[in-house]
Amino acid sequence: MADVLLAIGTAKGLFLARSTDRATWKLSQPHFLMNGVYAVAIDTRGDRPRLLASATSEHWGPSVFHSDDLGDTWAEPDEGAVTFPTDTDTSLGRVWQLVPSPSEPGVVWAGSEPQGLFRSDDGGEHFSFVRPLWDHPHRPEWGAGFGGAAIHTVLPHPDDPQRVLVAMSTGGVYRTEDAGATWMASNTGVKAYFFPDPWPEFGQCVHKVARDSQDPDRLFLQNHHGVYRSDDDGRTWDSIADNLPTDFGFAMLAHPSRAGVAYNFPITADGERIPPGHACRVFRTDDAGKSWTALGNGLPQQDYYGIVLRDAMCADDLDPAGIYFGTRNGEVFASPDEGEHWSLVAAHLPDVLSVRAAQVG
Amino acid sequence: MTRLVVPGSLRQFTDGESTIEFALDDGATLADLLEALSSAKPALGRRIRDEQGELRRYVNVYVDGEDARRTGGLAAPVPAAAEVLVLPSVAGG
Repeated sequence: MADVLLAIGTAKGLFLARSTDRATWKLSQPHFLMNGVYAVAIDTRGDRPRLLASATSEHWGPSVFHSDDLGDTWAEPDEGAVTFPTDTDTSLGRVWQLVPSPSEPGVVWAGSEPQGLFRSDDGGEHFSFVRPLWDHPHRPEWGAGFGGAAIHTVLPHPDDPQRVLVAMSTGGVYRTEDAGATWMASNTGVKAYFFPDPWPEFGQCVHKVARDSQDPDRLFLQNHHGVYRSDDDGRTWDSIADNLPTDFGFAMLAHPSRAGVAYNFPITADGERIPPGHACRVFRTDDAGKSWTALGNGLPQQDYYGIVLRDAMCADDLDPAGIYFGTRNGEVFASPDEGEHWSLVAAHLPDVLSVRAAQVG
Repeated sequence: MTRLVVPGSLRQFTDGESTIEFALDDGATLADLLEALSSAKPALGRRIRDEQGELRRYVNVYVDGEDARRTGGLAAPVPAAAEVLVLPSVAGG
């Protein structure tokens, strides 16, 4: 029977949930108590799973820890895993994204606030600064969304290590095709309604991007109003919001093994950040965004006001896939059957910021 | 000797000790003290200063009872026998 680990990063610590049936869960005490855990990763590429956690203390600053014993012990370099070079005159606010590369063993990417990109070649213990993106001439015009000026999405191409996509709010999508040496804005078709020119080259408030598991050129994007798909690795984007109840939200998740399948958690509007109809529902497309199905079986359907933040939805690596999400209400829900049925993993936690799940035994 | 008093929430970096002593030169500043701290205990040092060497926003340092931010910041004088207190400020939700 599969042993599944669900890592739950919250505003006040990291909780680790374990299950062998994806129906009943055992929840740990909090790790990094009083630290905001904006990013967590479960790296299953090696001989044993490695956990990575971005933990930020409001007082004592940000850290990236790693654990090779499923959270029993954590370590970090004395000098810190992620730091800005001295000549940038910039200090790390927090790490928003930790992504093991699907194509390069040992490589882990980190996206930070402010908008830094970092690469590790030792499994996430030490990171080096990707300077060309920092030196991009657009950077002085990148803005800070309410959540912070951060690279919150890093999508390395599954087959081609030369190609990486990042996203930030506000700033939009940028891509490299030469392993980070040069970067190009990649927002054609993505609207920025809050500018006088709503179709700028960059500056969009992109909330999340997910890559299709079977077609690496296909991407799904949740914007600050607007839901889009790209079929050309982000060069151009087309709306897929028509059959969603709203086009606002933060989370976007691609199914881990089925082509054209993605998940979204709609929010009523920028100015009304609660679920439409006051019902907790995930929406899934099985046809790359042409149609969407509401998935609420087992979720609260009345008087519900929780929302899902950009990294608080994930899938595991089993078949059928388990889907998980956490809310700002401190609840975590799990579905063992791709969203058809849901059950509560935990409640009354601090705001859930990030979740990741994987089979660990 | 200059005594640095470490708050309880950072004593995991001092093996539980509440104070660390440093022998500073005459005319030393808070920056000198924190540089010595970072050399001896880098993981503790970077929780008080960021990678650019600045005091973290919600960390307060008192030199013989005076808030160092009001006496020169990192340039604040640290007498040889001073007691330097590191305290988390009021922050968080």
